[in-house]
Amino acid sequence: MLAIIGTVPEEDFPVLFGKVKLINDFLYIEDRKVSIQRGTSALIASACKVFQTLKKDLPYAYLVGDTGKGYGSKKLYEFFVNDIKKRSFDTLTFHYLMPDADWCNKILLAIGELSVKPFLIADAGFMYAAKMSGNAESFDLFTPDPGELAFLADEQAPHPFYTRGFFLEDESRVEEFINRAYKFKNTAKYMLVKGRADYIVIDGKIKEIVSEPVIEALEPIGGTGDSITGIVSALIDSGYNPEQACVLASKINRLAGRLANPEPSTQISEIIRFIPSALKALLGLKDE
Amino acid sequence: MRILKKLFKSDKKVENLNRGILLFENTSEVIRAENILKSKGFDIKVIGPPAHVRKGCDLAIEFPIVEAMGILNLLEAQKIEPIDCLPSGDENLKPVDLFNIKDYGRFLMVRAANMKITVDKNSLTIVNISGGGCPDVPYLAACLVGKKLNEVPEPRKLGHTLCGYALQLAYDKIKELCLQS
Repeated sequence: MLAIIGTVPEEDFPVLFGKVKLINDFLYIEDRKVSIQRGTSALIASACKVFQTLKKDLPYAYLVGDTGKGYGSKKLYEFFVNDIKKRSFDTLTFHYLMPDADWCNKILLAIGELSVKPFLIADAGFMYAAKMSGNAESFDLFTPDPGELAFLADEQAPHPFYTRGFFLEDESRVEEFINRAYKFKNTAKYMLVKGRADYIVIDGKIKEIVSEPVIEALEPIGGTGDSITGIVSALIDSGYNPEQACVLASKINRLAGRLANPEPSTQISEIIRFIPSALKALLGLKDE
Repeated sequence: MRILKKLFKSDKKVENLNRGILLFENTSEVIRAENILKSKGFDIKVIGPPAHVRKGCDLAIEFPIVEAMGILNLLEAQKIEPIDCLPSGDENLKPVDLFNIKDYGRFLMVRAANMKITVDKNSLTIVNISGGGCPDVPYLAACLVGKKLNEVPEPRKLGHTLCGYALQLAYDKIKELCLQS
């Protein structure tokens, strides 16, 4: 079972834990309705689409409202370190949360006390926290974009905002940055680098590069990185080995993007709708 | 002012003492302080705090040390109280300051650090915001996407984190590019 931990962009959204439902373009958790237009809810919706297509149970989510002040993230961290003791998830995906090195340490301590360690995935703010706290190697999968890869490669940067100038985001240097991120132990065992080409990496070795189809208009669309992280989380939780899951997730995201026939103004919910079609096409499943 | 005494008691070399840095409780306070100090013409800049006081998602303000009293008085009057004041040094991190601009014909995208903003050049509507990892990114997108570039509040007035600050830089650049043409 997968649990996703993240935030929604609302001030008055309390800490909620529960199994999610996806109905049209909205998630429901404990009777709260959340738009899937962006952020963690886009990630959860993408995971739901995969689970629905594979006829598996939908995931659980730990959610809180946070508009960037960090108060919501702190409440969620406090809730999570106590609640996780009662659970036995196979996969945990941490997402848009205020990066906080101390809370990352506490969360890993709580997870370390579980009888079976879940597969740990980090993206967005919690990936920043994992790196800045020196805990990157405690995670199983990071899903950075090329700019975030440059941040992982820069051993001094505490946040992508401070990545030093000579680590300019440059996709021609992705391999160099991958090597450097592993050399300084600033990334997870598995890495899915989401860019013009997607790199699937295990322990510093590039296993596969997925570069087709190239959809130029996807880059400006907010949430295309969230969708791929949701897809790969669901595939790993469904039993795919991490390498297969990363390759398949990359292909699903690209194909869903192409099926949506996007332009730079397209919204992520318009692409998420095509995840089932892309997954079925790639797995050779028939439409019902 | 206790905070000033602490600053000048430092045994750092004199050349490092011509600039000081102010640390704040959170990034929102840094952004507020920056707005206030810049509006009064102070020669300040936003930097990364030194490693030994860094939490991760934080900013600090570097300022001319000779103006410390005026700066602290101004901030106090605005009810902003720095939590500390330190000498500046070469080891302080600088925010990234390079932009990546991509023209899609009808649309223009500008990236600053890890944040991207895309605008419809004809209507000046913000059509997408992407990148980043801090929790104000989805909030900023919810507030800004679908609105006119020249009618929305600036990201710095809504955001609270480094990602929000990076979006402000991208916003300033795309506004300059779109409104000049």
